[in-house]
Amino acid sequence: MLKIENLHATIDGKQILNGLTLTIAPGELHAIMGPNGSGKSTLGYVLAGREGYEVTEGSVTYNGHDLLAMTPEERAVAGVFLAFQAPVELPGVGNANFLRTALNAVRRARGETEVDAMQFLKLARARMKVLNMADDMLKRNVNVGFSGGEKKRNEMLQMAMLSPSLALLDETDSGLDIDALKMVADTVNSLRGPNFSALVITHYQRLLNHIVPDRVHVLSAGRIIRSGGPELAEELEATGYAASVAA
Amino acid sequence: MPAITETLETVQAVTDSGYKWGFETNIEMEFAPKGLSEDIVRFISAKKKEPAWLLDWRLKAYRHWLTMEVPHWAAVSHPPIDFQDAYYYAAPKQGPKSLDEVDPELLKTYAKLGIPLKEQAILAGVEGAGDTPAEGRMPIAVDAVFDSVSVATSYKERLAKDGIVFCAISEAVQTHPELVREYLGSVVPQGDNYYAALNSAVFTDGSFVYIPKGVRCPMELSTYFRINAKSTGQFERTLIIADEGAIVSYLEGCTAPMRDENQLHAAVVELVALDDASIKYSTVQNWYPGDAEGRGGIYNFVTKRAACRGKRSKVSWTQVETGSAITWKYPSCLLIGDDSVGEFYSVAITNNRQQADTGTKMFHIGARTRSTIVSKGISAGYGQNTYRGLVKISPKATDARNFTQCDSLLIGDKCGAHTVPYIENRCMSAKVEHEATTSRIAEDQLFYCRSRGLTQEEAVGMIVNGFAREVLKELPMEFAVEAQKLLAISLEGSVG
Repeated sequence: MLKIENLHATIDGKQILNGLTLTIAPGELHAIMGPNGSGKSTLGYVLAGREGYEVTEGSVTYNGHDLLAMTPEERAVAGVFLAFQAPVELPGVGNANFLRTALNAVRRARGETEVDAMQFLKLARARMKVLNMADDMLKRNVNVGFSGGEKKRNEMLQMAMLSPSLALLDETDSGLDIDALKMVADTVNSLRGPNFSALVITHYQRLLNHIVPDRVHVLSAGRIIRSGGPELAEELEATGYAASVAA
Repeated sequence: MPAITETLETVQAVTDSGYKWGFETNIEMEFAPKGLSEDIVRFISAKKKEPAWLLDWRLKAYRHWLTMEVPHWAAVSHPPIDFQDAYYYAAPKQGPKSLDEVDPELLKTYAKLGIPLKEQAILAGVEGAGDTPAEGRMPIAVDAVFDSVSVATSYKERLAKDGIVFCAISEAVQTHPELVREYLGSVVPQGDNYYAALNSAVFTDGSFVYIPKGVRCPMELSTYFRINAKSTGQFERTLIIADEGAIVSYLEGCTAPMRDENQLHAAVVELVALDDASIKYSTVQNWYPGDAEGRGGIYNFVTKRAACRGKRSKVSWTQVETGSAITWKYPSCLLIGDDSVGEFYSVAITNNRQQADTGTKMFHIGARTRSTIVSKGISAGYGQNTYRGLVKISPKATDARNFTQCDSLLIGDKCGAHTVPYIENRCMSAKVEHEATTSRIAEDQLFYCRSRGLTQEEAVGMIVNGFAREVLKELPMEFAVEAQKLLAISLEGSVG
């Protein structure tokens, strides 16, 4: 369970989050929508622990732990996964090696045995088949030379393999064609269950046709100005953000 | 005869005869006193029961060395070396009395590499630690695979079956004098440079390899195999000859940082490849770099050169340099035979106060000769890392080709990376390409790795290994895995 209370955060002295309060119960999927510059990506980074973002006020607890006191890697092995809007390239680092190292870090934290290269390949190939990913994806270097769509698929593969308890999707749908969009939705939906929560950050309602959220929130100037059910997303699509912001 | 010449000759005659053993010692002594003189050179040669030609060869080198100046062109700085304040033959032991006196950072590294306590003591140079082999292990062996005397012996028998000679160079002087005499100094002449001249005068031991015509060496040759590999000392001399059509891969060094009281190491390595022969020479160098301030680290001033004399011959140098306070080395290739090939793959790390000035020289002399240079420099802390390279193409090297790639990776903002490539092309039909990049480990790369559960140090290790991958994949399997671990360990604590 994620509990964000009165969160204020700055970057380079600039106030981005301005008293954000949000609670996500286990098993729930929430969507955050909002115009450019409203603080959506910052929220993802603050929750994942990126350096450079300073929390000036408020608190975040995750399964009873003070999330803000944890390092990024501690959050990751505790089950927090951030799907990047712009996945980072790691030249020379094999995708399989990277993913296996990450998987074993998570498995160690969960008290599970580590997987060797053979076991890993078996697990990964099974997942990739579901995601409709080419086998050679594992042999390539992490995100190097990947198309935009391939990068997002790779993020979804990582998410599926690491099976987090809290997924943060930062505009994973941006720039995707309809097939890729469905793949993202299928991956998220396959993970849904009583022990999986998600925060889906998006500009557009179209992803939410495939991933039906329990709650939808509108973020503006660093705080939530409206909340509602899935129908709120459809309303926003019809009227635009400006109407909500003005109200 | 002018009076002054006569005087000089008289003095010379007296010096040569009457002062043969000018110091108070004799051949039965275990070690020579401190300092360097002709007497010391004679002492070393006599100790090794060397033939007269080799003593003359050493003396010629020594006399030439006296006329030379310490080179100052490399981008490294250190206090002047007092060559009289060193032992040149079997220095008396003066290491730490126990592991308690050893730099704790060094012990931590040993622990991370999983080296047993007994071997830690040997590596750290603790007095008496190497005198009795532990549980049947070879005194200095580090690699678990090759650490028993019986294994080494059976390898030696296997090699002898193919007519391969693999022994200490002092042994080869006795058993294969004709080969040593023909090739010693034929690639790196005595007067080549200051440290090569010094090495030629006082070299103590090293490896000798001869692969006969048409023989493909059935295994990787490693210094670990060689029995009595212990204490080859600070002036190592290695000579490898691959006869026509012969193929050999040679591994040098070890991943564990070895501590040594001798601060100056000046080795010479000579490789000779005849027609269609191929030599692959791989090095993992991890000498003690000194403490965080650089105190007590090794100065590694090495001359390595290969002569591709034969047609279609090939020499490939691969090096992973993580240790030493100062590294000064340029493994080079003389591409003499038509269609011969030279390669140089290098990873050099400088952390804390380490300095490295390293690179290669490719001399294209024969027609259609080809060379490839891939250099990866990684600087962290206050480390200074310089790539210095020369590609020289002679008028006769028609259609010669060179490709050079120099990449530098910076970690932190106190370190430095420098690239000094020289290209001299005297042939119109030659093609020379040079690419260079400088980058930092980006914050977003680190965060991406950490957000997937990797620790800061794992993330740095992974990014650096990715950066160096093109070089690491050239290493033989035995070394590649260890080298990857080593890169990560060498940079621990350099970020954050």
